Amino acid sequence: MLNIEIDGKSIEVEHGSTIIDAADKVGIAIPRFCYHPKLSVAANCRMCLVQVEKFNKPLPACATPVADGMKIFTRSKSAIEAQQSVMEFLLINHPLDCPICDQGGECDLQDVAVAYGVSGSRYTEEKRVVFNKNIGPLVSTDMTRCIQCTRCVRFLKEVGGMQELGMIGRGEHAEITAYVDKSVNSELSGNIIDLCPVGALTSKPFRYSARSWELTRRPSIAAHDSLGSHIEVHVKDNKVMRVLPREKESINECWLSDRDRFSYEGLNSPDRLKVPMIKHNGAWVETDWKTALEFAAGQLKDITNEHGGEALGVLVSPNSTMEEGFLAKKLANGLACGNVDYRLRQTDFRLDGKRLGTPWMGCNIHEIEELDRIIVIGSNLRNEHPLLAQRFRRAVANGAELSVVSPLDNDPLMDIAHKVIVRPNDMVNVLGQILKAMSGLQRLSLCLPPSLTALLDDIKVRPNTQAIAESLAGHGKDYDLIAPKVGIFLGNMALSDPRFTEMYSMAEAIGGITGAKGGILPAAANSTGMHMMGVMPSSTGMHARAMLEIPRKAYLLLNIEPELDCQHAALAKAAMEKAECVVALTTYKSQALDNADILLPITPFTETSGTFMSMEGRVQSFAAAVRPLGESRPAWKVLRVLANTLGLAGFDFESSEQVKDAIFAGEKPSAVVWRSLNNNLRELVEIQVNIKHDGLQRIGEVPQYESDPIVRRSPPLQKTKYNIKPMARMCSRQLAALDLVEGDHVLVKQDKGSAVLTVRLDDHVAMGCVRVAAAHEATIGLGELMGDITVEKLSPQQLLDINKNITEARA
Amino acid sequence: MVASSKPVVKTDLAGQTLVTLRTLTEENPASLETYLKLGGYAALKRVVTEKVKPTDIITEVKTSGLRGRGGAGFPTGLKWSFMPRYFDGVKYLVCNTDEGEPGTFKDRDIIRYNPHQLIEGMAIAAYTLGARVGYNYIHGEIWQDYEIFEAALHEAKAAGYLGENLFGTNFSFDLYAVHGYGAYICGEETALIESIEGKKGQPRFKPPFPASYGVFGKPTNVNNTESYTSIPWIMQNGGQAFADLGVPNSGGTKLFSISGHVEKPGNYEVNMGMPFTELLALAGGIWKGRQLKAVIPGGPSTAVMPASAIMGATMDYDGLSKARSSLGAGSMIVMDDTTCMVKALHRLAYFFYEESCGQCTPCREGTGWVYRVIDRIVKGQGKMEDLDLLTDVSNNIAGRTICALGEAAATPVLSFIKHFRPEFEYYIQHGKSMVDGK
Ligand SMILES: Cc1cc2nc3c(=O)[nH]c(=O)nc-3n(C[C@H](O)[C@H](O)[C@H](O)COP(=O)(O)O)c2cc1C
Ligand code: SF4
Ligand code: SF4
Ligand code: FES
Repeated sequence: MLNIEIDGKSIEVEHGSTIIDAADKVGIAIPRFCYHPKLSVAANCRMCLVQVEKFNKPLPACATPVADGMKIFTRSKSAIEAQQSVMEFLLINHPLDCPICDQGGECDLQDVAVAYGVSGSRYTEEKRVVFNKNIGPLVSTDMTRCIQCTRCVRFLKEVGGMQELGMIGRGEHAEITAYVDKSVNSELSGNIIDLCPVGALTSKPFRYSARSWELTRRPSIAAHDSLGSHIEVHVKDNKVMRVLPREKESINECWLSDRDRFSYEGLNSPDRLKVPMIKHNGAWVETDWKTALEFAAGQLKDITNEHGGEALGVLVSPNSTMEEGFLAKKLANGLACGNVDYRLRQTDFRLDGKRLGTPWMGCNIHEIEELDRIIVIGSNLRNEHPLLAQRFRRAVANGAELSVVSPLDNDPLMDIAHKVIVRPNDMVNVLGQILKAMSGLQRLSLCLPPSLTALLDDIKVRPNTQAIAESLAGHGKDYDLIAPKVGIFLGNMALSDPRFTEMYSMAEAIGGITGAKGGILPAAANSTGMHMMGVMPSSTGMHARAMLEIPRKAYLLLNIEPELDCQHAALAKAAMEKAECVVALTTYKSQALDNADILLPITPFTETSGTFMSMEGRVQSFAAAVRPLGESRPAWKVLRVLANTLGLAGFDFESSEQVKDAIFAGEKPSAVVWRSLNNNLRELVEIQVNIKHDGLQRIGEVPQYESDPIVRRSPPLQKTKYNIKPMARMCSRQLAALDLVEGDHVLVKQDKGSAVLTVRLDDHVAMGCVRVAAAHEATIGLGELMGDITVEKLSPQQLLDINKNITEARA
Repeated sequence: MVASSKPVVKTDLAGQTLVTLRTLTEENPASLETYLKLGGYAALKRVVTEKVKPTDIITEVKTSGLRGRGGAGFPTGLKWSFMPRYFDGVKYLVCNTDEGEPGTFKDRDIIRYNPHQLIEGMAIAAYTLGARVGYNYIHGEIWQDYEIFEAALHEAKAAGYLGENLFGTNFSFDLYAVHGYGAYICGEETALIESIEGKKGQPRFKPPFPASYGVFGKPTNVNNTESYTSIPWIMQNGGQAFADLGVPNSGGTKLFSISGHVEKPGNYEVNMGMPFTELLALAGGIWKGRQLKAVIPGGPSTAVMPASAIMGATMDYDGLSKARSSLGAGSMIVMDDTTCMVKALHRLAYFFYEESCGQCTPCREGTGWVYRVIDRIVKGQGKMEDLDLLTDVSNNIAGRTICALGEAAATPVLSFIKHFRPEFEYYIQHGKSMVDGK
């Protein structure tokens, strides 16, 4: 520790801190623009100049390390003089258009100018003008206002992983720009809006819609991926105007993914269902709540009375709150129905009943940065968990070795030490090879469970899997570690795979011998919570896939669009078509709900109170940010009244808090979570490591801006480069094998369903696979996300015929 | 590639002491043959084969009193001692031949007429500092000279003075020529390093200094061309001999690039401490029989000196700092009595405005401001307050920037106004120059 003095205050600071760190620690304000604690130090704005004893020049506080006995003066005559002069320089070329600038009221430059500047300028010459750039649908630019602090540049490079902005030109001609004709495509791009200290980068969707001081700020929790990011919902006239990150160092730090930031634009989409609707003679009729609920209750009751509770299937979105999931399950059980599930995109349920607890990510989010060795299995990290990916990026920057086993070779924008890109089917074998190689590494030889040893007998270890095993065991490119901190994570593609059980068991075994942390990276905001509450089939009930395979007479849907949110689009569609009654609690009217019979309007997360449980098991409750739109009601209330109407007992909750209390049985949530989270299996499931399989396999990835009903309706997100119509993507070798070229039209088929798609060359895709995005209208005829698929080339004539048929069918 | 042989027509070397340009006496000065004839590469060979201790070499360089010829005058031996001795990985050696300051053209003559001595100097430095790889960063607008240096590199490599296992020892050194694109800022050592790395030439914040974080983040020693080129002579004749050429605190010889209103502009290598009047005489004196008005002794980043101040000065570090300017890179710009100081400053201000890298606020904004105000004055729209404004703005740039360009931009403004204020006042009052009436 060093002893220093700032403005006469003696303080103790750590070795290596800078003056600005030290001052921040004791709450002494030093003005700044370029400095940001999460970015590298550029020391270019010069706003933070302070006087330091024994130095005849003022020093930049952000870049000057403290030394023992240093005496610093932040408000001395020479410091103030320096600060005022920098302020004067900054303002000479800054347009004074604050009244029309969106940053007005929350502008660092404005604030600092008031606090540290002088009124009036001595500059009478011409001001610089810089042309604006179009960098995409999310961030709006006004580059004349830029003060060249390079925070945006550094963020995209250091946190985003790719330098998409840079400073070109010299002197006064220096300007921030993207690559020629390129936009900023980072899935974290919105953060540069927050970082920009002036109004050079502002939110395009929010532009000119409100002034910052008119907004009421309400804390909430992000509702898409399972990170559990803290957000601040900004409201004006009962409308969500924008969403910003709320600082939470251990979760989202000060960042937010674009999905969490811009999804709000979908909240008030024209699709919003504002009143209950009943289908009457094939046409939708608006009705009142009482009629709708009584009708729904009557239908559900009749069917379950007549055919038993098992005639009902209850499908719950993992993006719904814990309260909602809890009540949906309770309601189903009240009707003697055990068919409840939230795992809509899962197809392999062999682990049911074998788990010791709720699967989770297996460590805390911030621990990722401390890992030495990481293996990520079946995850397109940036697509699935955009902000979490950044923690991995930091781990790698800190020296961690990252290994990847995946059917997709998408660039995670960090160095990959080892990778094996193979068909999902072969991933099991690859994991088996890693396991076998690990068990062969001297130090670990004794630890392998005997049940597995036999299975691994006829597996042949290849050099690339050997390399991964060695890396996990601590061998390193630069130097070896004796006890590396290892992390193993399974992503969405693994979770959706028909051989998830094998992948999971292998990962668990590898984890066992490496002493790794890790587990699954749950897909949605409340996946972990749903699992913990057991929003899953009873011992005799059906899981999500079975409910569709063996169609039920009635369905209760909570917050889902079946064809878009389920593992098997075609089955989902068929099941809904066939059902006698589908009651959908939904925020939106949707084509995907055309086969429903009753639509009950529920609110999105911003209009209800509730609780999500994150990937690391954090139970986070939030209040409504705005009042419900139209007649829509929070789903927990709808479920309560529906249950009351059904005459079920035990549904007299007055508030979502009471529901939450019921969930945790009055205990402290953390205590319950602590007991519940556990990635271990009770017993090893019978697994097959060597499946020979020749056909093509689909990689039915869910694009990040198609993941749930809200994001699907956010126009700015839909306008990004990530929103491309599904295509049949294959690597060049695969194309050659099928005699296809980019641009060809193909008929892809799964089970009985098919889709006509354009062929796209995508060398990120493993040989033997066709990447066909899911959760899209164009592919709702298809089947399992990671299932078998065939591809037939269409001649121009065939294409014409098919299109004609489609048009006729529509007519 | 053009051969390096270029006959010289430099006849008058009287009064000069040739150390860094010692091949100038010969035909084909740039050729390896010439250099070897003058005893070239002997110092390198001795040092490497006799395995002279690096610390001994550093001591010798310290004794020589050699100070950095790039402008700052930092003692070279001391700088060398900052390089980490034990480092697990590649260390780099960089030579700065970027000279882009107006009036500076000495390093260009070194690579044009005596490239092998630079190569030898760098190789000795590489041996001393444990650098495996070296770069010579050459200004982007002297293409022919770049090619001459490249040719010399090939010759040296072919003759076994560069490359693997030199003289059969385990000392290896690869040296490459790199060229810039003419930006003055790339002469600043950290901007130069960025440029070598393929990035935009923009100074880094120091510390860390190149000795700990240089090219590709590895320990790197940066010296000026003339500094390295002095090394073989020092190793051949001894540090003391070099020191003795000059005066206390300024050892050796110095190359002065003399331009402006003299009869014989050019490069002159003379002993440190030579009286200004003598040096001026070597350059043929003020041209056209006119009177001396002012001199910028070390390049535009050094303070201008009125005739009265420079006439009694000696040309060495202390001599010029006593006279309130500095030696800089030895780029002497001589101005006769027909020179309008307002217009001269106008030119210089434009240079710094144009060459600021734009990274830090005071320099980016200040150099443009200063230029615009002077431009206004030159156009007859000046105000008397402008002079204080210029002084104030310049003071606000100096010492508050990332690199020394800020300081360099402020110095001419401050010194011109200080020494020639009446001329500026006249210009503002009359809207035209006191000197030429235009
Ligand atoms: C704006 C600026 C331009 C510079 N240009 C040069 C140059 O052209 N050549 C040079 O040797 N040093 C130049 N320098 C000085 C270098 O940063 C560095 O100090 C020098 O190369 C070190 O070598 P030395 O110790 O041998 O002088 C410049 C410095 C600044 C601030
Ligand atoms: S755009 Fe904003 S963040 Fe980027 S350099 Fe300019 S002022 Fe800084
Ligand atoms: S002082 Fe000027 S040249 Fe140097 S870093 Fe700052 S802006 Fe660039
Ligand atoms: S905050 Fe220190 S220089 Fe910008």
